[in-house]
Amino acid sequence: MKYVDEFRDGKVARTLAKTIADEVRPDRRYHLMEFCGGHTHAISRYGLRDLLPSEIHFIHGPGCPVCVLPIGRIDSAIELARDHGVILCSYGDTMRVPASGRTSLLRAKAEGADIRMVYSSADALKIARENPDREVVFFAIGFETTTPPTAVALRQARTEGLKNFSVFANHVLTPSAIQNILESPEVRELGTIPLDGFIGPSHVSTIIGSQPYEFFAEEFQKPVVIAGFEPLDVLQSVLMLVRQLNEGRAEVENQFSRAVTREGNLKAQGLVAEVFELRERFEWRGLGEVPYSALRIREAYRDFDAEVRFDLPYRSVPDHKACDCGAILRGVKQPQDCKVFGTVCTPDNPLGSCMVSAEGACAAYYTYGQFTKDSAVAEAS
Amino acid sequence: MSENPKPVKRGYIRPLDLKHGKVELSHGGGGRAMSQLIDELFQPAFDNPYLRQANDQALLTRPEGRIVMATDSHVVSPLFFPGGDIGSLAVHGTLNDVATSGARPLWLSAGFILEEGFPLADLKRIVDSMAAAARAAGVPVVTGDTKVVERGKGDGVFINTTGVGVVPEGIEISGDRARPGDRILVSGFLGDHGVAIMSLRENLSFSTTIESDSAALHELIAAMVEAAPAMHCLRDPTRGGLASTLNEIARQSGVGMIIREDDIPVREEVDAACELLGLDPLYVANEGKVVAICPPESADALLAAMLAHPLGRDAAIIGEVIADEHAFVQMETSFGGRRNVDWISGEQLPRIC
Repeated sequence: MKYVDEFRDGKVARTLAKTIADEVRPDRRYHLMEFCGGHTHAISRYGLRDLLPSEIHFIHGPGCPVCVLPIGRIDSAIELARDHGVILCSYGDTMRVPASGRTSLLRAKAEGADIRMVYSSADALKIARENPDREVVFFAIGFETTTPPTAVALRQARTEGLKNFSVFANHVLTPSAIQNILESPEVRELGTIPLDGFIGPSHVSTIIGSQPYEFFAEEFQKPVVIAGFEPLDVLQSVLMLVRQLNEGRAEVENQFSRAVTREGNLKAQGLVAEVFELRERFEWRGLGEVPYSALRIREAYRDFDAEVRFDLPYRSVPDHKACDCGAILRGVKQPQDCKVFGTVCTPDNPLGSCMVSAEGACAAYYTYGQFTKDSAVAEAS
Repeated sequence: MSENPKPVKRGYIRPLDLKHGKVELSHGGGGRAMSQLIDELFQPAFDNPYLRQANDQALLTRPEGRIVMATDSHVVSPLFFPGGDIGSLAVHGTLNDVATSGARPLWLSAGFILEEGFPLADLKRIVDSMAAAARAAGVPVVTGDTKVVERGKGDGVFINTTGVGVVPEGIEISGDRARPGDRILVSGFLGDHGVAIMSLRENLSFSTTIESDSAALHELIAAMVEAAPAMHCLRDPTRGGLASTLNEIARQSGVGMIIREDDIPVREEVDAACELLGLDPLYVANEGKVVAICPPESADALLAAMLAHPLGRDAAIIGEVIADEHAFVQMETSFGGRRNVDWISGEQLPRIC
C-alpha cells in the first residue's frame, strides 16, 4: 500500500531500533508517555516493545476519546434516546462504553432505543433530513481532530434551517489534559510517575499545530516529539526523545512534519472558534474535573445544542470500584496492575472504558499482548 | 417446495407476475398461491428427481460411510453484492461447512423466510442464482420450505440451508487434532467477502473492484484430502475471519500457533479498505477460503495440490502449531515484533452472511 508501507518497513525498523539501543545510556531509564491511543495501538499491534531496549518504558496516556468519557455523559446520551425518544447518532466505539446500572448505548439499543452508529457527523445530518418528524441528536465526542467535522455539521444545520437536528457536544482539549497530568501530585511532588518526555499527538496536532506544546517543554522541562501513528514514526520519535534527554534538551520537535505545521490548520481552528467556546469545567474519566478542558456550543448556535434543547442536567457518576481505568489513564498504573484486567473485564464485557476502544490501553494489552503478560508473570514467579 | 401434494391445475390460472409482483402473505399460507409460487418459481429452478417426488420430504438412499450434516442460516444485507448474492451464498456456505469435514456433499435442503412485499423479481433472481450454484456444485436441493412473515418482521429474505455429505474411509479431520509442529495453510487472499459487502453499506459506500470470494470449496478440498490424507484440521474462516478460526482450533486442540504476517495473502485493495475503515483483514469474513492444518511432512504435497486448483492458486503456508497451554495465537509482524492475535470481539460488521 503506497504511502503506508513505507512507514511499516521492517528493515528500516531494525536499523532504527539498533541506533536507539546504541544511544540509550545503560545508567538511566527513559519514561516516555505516548499521549494518544493511536500510538498505544501502534506500539502493541506492531510489537514495538520487542524491538526496543529495556531502558525504554512507555507510559500510556489518556488520549483515547472513548476512554476519557465519564459515565455521566454516556448516561445523558442514553437518557436522550430512551426518555426523549430521539434518534441518537453515535460513533461506533462509543456504543459499548459502560454506563450506569450495567447498561451501555448498545444495550439501550437492544432494549428499543433508536441509537444508530454513524461514521461521520455528515451521516447524522443525513438521518435528520430523512426523518423530519423525529428529533435527531449527534453524540459528538473526541479531541481536536473530530471537533471541526462537528462544527461543519452545526453550521450546515443552521444554513439549512434543519429544525430537528442538534448536537450533544463532548469535545475535549489535548493541551488541558497534558497540563493536568504534568501538574498532578503523582508527577510533580510524589514522583510516583517518572515522566521524562512525551510522544506528542499525531492527528490532533495537524489541527492545533505544534505550538501549543511549547509551553510544556519550557515550563515543565519535558521534551515533546510530535509523531505520526505509523510504527516507524513511533520508533523515530523514540530516538529523537532519547537524543533530547541524553543532551539535556527539552524542546518541541516535529517528527510528523509531513502533516503537522507549527500553526496547524487555521481554517479548521477558525471554524471551531466560530461554533464552540470553552467550558469552565468538564469531567474526564480518570482525571476528574479539569478546568477549561472541553468545548460547548456558542450562544449563536444555541438552537442546535442538545443540552439546551432537552434541558439535560449533568450528573457525575463514580467509576466501578474495582476498575482502575482512572489510574491507568493518568499513567499511575499499567493495565495488568488492575485486579479485574482480563478476568471480569474483557473487550467482550468491558467494566471500564479503557477496555472498549482499540485505542484504549487495556484493550490493546488484552488483544495484542497476553503472551507478553504471561511470560512476564512466568519470569517473576 | 412440496407442501401441497396435488398441484392445482384447473383450467387457466393467471401466472405469477415475476416482473412487478410482490410476495404476499398468502404465498406462505399453504393454499393455491403457495402452490403456484412453488410450481412456477422454485420447482423449475431447482428441478431434480427428488423434488419431482412432490412430497413433504425427500426419500434418499443411505450412502456408504460416515455421514456429516451441517446447517447455516443466511441473513446477509445487502442481498446482492459484487461476486454473489444471498442465494449463491446460502449454497456455498453450507456446502463448505459439510466439505471441511473432508466429506463429499450429497444433498441440500432450503428453507425460505420471505417478507411480505418483497419483489418477486428479486426472489426469482435469488432462486435462480441459488439453483445455478447448486447445479455447478453438483449437489441437488432435495427438499424445501417457504414461510412468509408480515411486512416489517423480516428483511426481504432469509434462507436456511442444510447439507448432508459422506466422509471417505480413513479421513479424520477435526478441529481438535492440531498438534505442535503441524503447518498452517490458507487457500488464498483473505478478507474479500467482508470488504465487498462493506463497500455497499449505505452510510459507507466506497467504490472498489473487490468481489466476494463466495465459492463452493468441496472440489478443492477433495483434491487436498487426496494429496494429504493425514491432514488434521480444515475450517472455512467465515465470520470473525482467520483470527477467529485459528483461535477456535487452538482452543479445541489445546495448542498455540505462530503465524507470519509477511506470508498471509491479503490483496492490496482489501488492505487499503481495512486501513481506511480501521479494520484488521485477519478479522474480516471470507466465503470461499479454507484453512488447513497438516503434519509437517505432508505440507508441501498439500500446498502443491492447493496451488494446482483454481480456488487455491494463491495458497500459502502461513505458520506453525506450537505447544502452548494458554492456546494463544501469535503473529510475527512484518515489522519484526511479535503480538497476540486474539478472538474477534463484538461484531466487526453486522449481517455479512
